[in-house]
Amino acid sequence: MTVLDVRDVSKVYGEGDTAVHALRGVSLTVDQGDYVAIMGASGSGKSTLMNILGCLDVPTHGEYLLDDMDVGTLDERRLAIVRNRKIGFVFQSFNLIPRMTALANVELPLAYGGVKAAERRRRALAALDRVGLSDRVEHEPNELSGGQQQRVAVARALVTAPALLLADEPTGNLDTTSAADVLDVLDGLSAAGRTIVLITHENDVARHAKRVIRLVDGQVVDDRRRSHVDEPPPGLVGLR
Amino acid sequence: MIGEVIRFALRGLAANKLRSGLTTLGILIGVGAVIMLVAVGNGSSKQVQKNIERLGTNTLTVTPSTSRGGARGGGGFARAFGGGAGAGTQQQTGPRTQAKDLTVDDARAMADTTAAPSVKSVSPVVNASASNATYAGTSHAIQQFVGTYPAYFEASNDPVERGTYFTADDVLNDRKVVVIGQTVDTDLFGTVDPIGKQVAVGGVNFTVVGVLKTKGSSGFQDADDVAIAPLPAVPESLTGYGALNQIVVQAKTPKTVDAAQSEVTDILNQRHGITGANTADFQILNQATLQSAISSSSKTFTVLLGAVAAISLLVGGIGITNIMLVTVTERTREIGIRKAIGAPRGAILGQFLVEATVLSLLGGLLGVAAGVIGSEFKVVGVQPVIVPSSIALALGVSIAIGLFFGSYPANRAAKLRPIEALRHE
Repeated sequence: MTVLDVRDVSKVYGEGDTAVHALRGVSLTVDQGDYVAIMGASGSGKSTLMNILGCLDVPTHGEYLLDDMDVGTLDERRLAIVRNRKIGFVFQSFNLIPRMTALANVELPLAYGGVKAAERRRRALAALDRVGLSDRVEHEPNELSGGQQQRVAVARALVTAPALLLADEPTGNLDTTSAADVLDVLDGLSAAGRTIVLITHENDVARHAKRVIRLVDGQVVDDRRRSHVDEPPPGLVGLR
Repeated sequence: MIGEVIRFALRGLAANKLRSGLTTLGILIGVGAVIMLVAVGNGSSKQVQKNIERLGTNTLTVTPSTSRGGARGGGGFARAFGGGAGAGTQQQTGPRTQAKDLTVDDARAMADTTAAPSVKSVSPVVNASASNATYAGTSHAIQQFVGTYPAYFEASNDPVERGTYFTADDVLNDRKVVVIGQTVDTDLFGTVDPIGKQVAVGGVNFTVVGVLKTKGSSGFQDADDVAIAPLPAVPESLTGYGALNQIVVQAKTPKTVDAAQSEVTDILNQRHGITGANTADFQILNQATLQSAISSSSKTFTVLLGAVAAISLLVGGIGITNIMLVTVTERTREIGIRKAIGAPRGAILGQFLVEATVLSLLGGLLGVAAGVIGSEFKVVGVQPVIVPSSIALALGVSIAIGLFFGSYPANRAAKLRPIEALRHE
């Protein structure tokens, strides 16, 4: 089953002579359970693609179907609902809300989704347990290490059981050990059947993915499958 | 979800306690000032009203007209030409010979029930000022020595506290009795009971029969420094025989005061031979007219005070906008995160609106407390009297201010595009 279906999407910033073509006709489909790494140098358009995939931005041309729904036709209110229910974000700079405990941060998407308090707490605790932070639930972001903060962010991203987990350079701000922790969590989620799209410029990170797509100047130049969609991710099989 | 939004808002406020406190203070001062200043205005108007009521209710005071120069120039001028004398002094003395004094007969005519059905009582009054009274070696200058009829006590709202009033019989038989005010009592008698004692005023001995209830001072005059005696007793010994200083007329009901005024005017016009062309030689002071004139001017005063306070409330409101704009800018990234994880626009709008409204509502409630407490104290001699509607209004306005002045920053927050907000450092 197809989760993502991007059809000839392009994105232009500005107009006339100063126009910047961030994406020039990108097409790709991602099936459920896949683990995709999108690679590219800075300026290759990978962040723009990530914003479009995450429904934070709309393409200038082309169509984008998420779970068979054309995102381009949705209004602001419905986009918010799509972001809440279908997509889980993990950012490079964690983006946890300061002065809120890990538990409250993880509960936040559920609160906006209208989930009742008791149910919210149960699911948030389960998500924190999933990333191995059961003993840190009452800590605020500034009391956690970078790796722990990023794992809280992963818990927040997966707490709504989204169709797609989007990670934008999730290890970019982390040291090697913390990065390995976070990638372990992602591998585990992939093995459990989550669809993950990872954006990175590091080969070490991309090696964890089942499929690697390379972007250059806003176009897909390489799309290589490393293992089958139904198989466990390479990170759990070959790397160790 | 609404509960969540409110919780987020409160958490946002708690994160910046000093800033929230100062913003609240702005509204507190505004609301407190509105309540307090309106209460001061109201209190001063109540005080003036009470002073007027002390002078008596439903009463008309007839006095001889004293403005005989410019105001009556028309009549004087005509006579001056007729007489062939052009001197300015004569212009002034001319009308004076014409003008008639108020007499006891005038007062009697006013008491005629057929000519003046709206009149309840008529009291002719003579005043002797600063009369020296002595008792057992103590002396005291009575500010106001009044000679009148018994009806005066009721008309001028002067009840006795101890003893009795003098009677119509005392007036007819020219008895030398007197009712004294509190100040006279304490100054002359001290702790001695004055009832039945003899006081010498201007060489005549008066027997004290009663002491008036205290009235307090009205302006510069001590209303308790007074003595009231039967009419015939006073002119003989103090003022010499002469005209009346005033006639106090009491109407039957508050509604008939105006009718009584026109009846009294007609009677006096007739008796003094005043026709349309001539200006009257008497003045009638209508208590009710005075009261309404003063209450309308004090209303203006109250509105003015309220307006000044409302400006400070407005400034407090602008303070809210200002601080909320800062908050929104400061938390742009947080807004971006919230939007990225699916916060609908309404939730963001609600969060910042609630923050602004909580600030203004809190300020409003504290302001009401401050205003109510402040109104317990006298302000420049005026005891403020709280107007309940001003509390409701100030509170309502403070909530409205939160919504109104908070809506611009909240809207700005809600309209932020998530990718731009996330990029914000």
